Amino acid sequence: MRFLPSPRRLLSTYVILYVAILYFPVLLLPIFSFNDSATPKLPLVGFTFKWYEGLAGNAAMQGAAWNSLLVGITAAFVSTILGICAARAITRHRFRGKGAASGLIMAPLILPEIIIAISLLVVMLGLGLQLSLFTVILGHLLICVPYSVTVLVSGFEGFDPSMEEASRDLGETSFGTLRRVTLPMLAPSIVSSLLVTFTISLDEFILAFFLSGTEPTLPVYIWGQLRFAAKLPNVLALGSILIAASLVLLTVAELFRRRAERKMALRP
Amino acid sequence: MCPDIACCTPPGQARLSRFLRTETGKGWLTISPPLLYAMLLLIGPIIVIVANSFWSQDYLTIDHTFTLKNYQAALTEPIYRDLLMRSLFVSVTVAVVTVILAYPVAWFVSFHGGRYKGLWLFIITVPFWSGYLLRILSWKVILGYKGVLNTGLLYLGVITEPLSTLIYNVNAVIITLAHSWAAFAILPLFVSLEKLDRSLLEAAADLGDGPVRRFLRITLPLTMPGIIAALMIVMIPTVGDYVTPKLVGGKDGVMIANAIQVQFGKASNWPLGAALAVSTMVIVSIVAGALVLLLAGLKRLLK
Repeated sequence: MRFLPSPRRLLSTYVILYVAILYFPVLLLPIFSFNDSATPKLPLVGFTFKWYEGLAGNAAMQGAAWNSLLVGITAAFVSTILGICAARAITRHRFRGKGAASGLIMAPLILPEIIIAISLLVVMLGLGLQLSLFTVILGHLLICVPYSVTVLVSGFEGFDPSMEEASRDLGETSFGTLRRVTLPMLAPSIVSSLLVTFTISLDEFILAFFLSGTEPTLPVYIWGQLRFAAKLPNVLALGSILIAASLVLLTVAELFRRRAERKMALRP
Repeated sequence: MCPDIACCTPPGQARLSRFLRTETGKGWLTISPPLLYAMLLLIGPIIVIVANSFWSQDYLTIDHTFTLKNYQAALTEPIYRDLLMRSLFVSVTVAVVTVILAYPVAWFVSFHGGRYKGLWLFIITVPFWSGYLLRILSWKVILGYKGVLNTGLLYLGVITEPLSTLIYNVNAVIITLAHSWAAFAILPLFVSLEKLDRSLLEAAADLGDGPVRRFLRITLPLTMPGIIAALMIVMIPTVGDYVTPKLVGGKDGVMIANAIQVQFGKASNWPLGAALAVSTMVIVSIVAGALVLLLAGLKRLLK
């Protein structure tokens, strides 16, 4: 009996294996982006930077990167502002229809993205709007707002509404209370929301694919390159940069979220 | 309370401003910007798509007379019917597999995570942030004919010839999707396990129930809401996945989203594309509802 692993041991082994499999595909792209071979295969041949160097003078790729940056920053700011409205209403007010209203705002999370994308496409074309980065931003806002709301609701739940009341009782205007009490208390959650929504916009493909017209974002550019087998190593290099950027942004977002949590824990 | 507003403004406006000072009014006012956005860019477009699905394409113009022939085509023509069935099969399988594989992990984090619960959840969700397109691309790199798995196994001498059955079929689609959606299943499962009252398990143990009975009669029924949420969160979006079938599905792995895209692109038959999209949404909702009822019944049976 002693040689049989305990259930606890089995469970830990399973969890470690599970996490390893989760990470495996993600770590694969960076590994092969440094491999000196035109196709990603084993065994690894040699270490090279040439696939990254190949990106340096690539104007189309840099244009796409610029587009992604522009879309991401706009989507992050606007969706965080919309997210603040929704999160505030959800946490601070009790009203009839709240469930339905917040359900509708969160719905893009569980709708097939292709359906959101083609519905938007039909409406945009029907209205005579030219497909552009603007239409991509409109689409990205739909899927960024729910994530922003999730991050911000926990921020709003963390601080005591009586602080706002106290500020108002002491003669501060509503705008003054917002600027000097609410926003500073929420700052870590707001930063976290900005970073999370920027990351989502940076990664988002389907909406951008349908709505971007002639101005590709980075994922749409990558999709275009996949048609050419010879470009795959460059795509792996670009993908690795994107993964690294997403992970850095996400880690910073998580640190800010934790800071917000600690702030709450200090409250008497 | 404020007579000056009532006398200086028209009655309708006064009523509005009074409404806006009630709790309900404040709530609606605060939530209105994101809500209006969702109505205009989500509900509006979906209504337009539903309308489109009842029209028909007449060469380059759209004929606005009501017709059901798009639905007839979507539900009876073998190619679309098969694609719909395959997409449903894939999404249900992916949801079930993902939840079964994720449950022990959520259990581990909730029961043995201690003070590192937050860190564990962070570690588990990180791969999800690596990017939708890139995650699928790495599975193509792994499963490809000259991919990492085949070349690795050849190198190790396990196989003498590359396996051609790894990629470009339904299995590859299921594996890729199950990997992509793992984090979405773990979070709701974890939340429901956290809510579970541990003293119930202790009481059952004191009364002589073994671990299996405790799991079946307490943990499983009480975490059923989390299981249902996890299944829905994975199943509903995966049914319309476009990139995975395109990159690793091959001819046998094509799904409904690819057919919808063709109708809005090359084939340029918007009404048929719209009918396919609406049918997909309706059918997946019906299957989701049936699944919820089934699990609710199972829960009652276990208790």
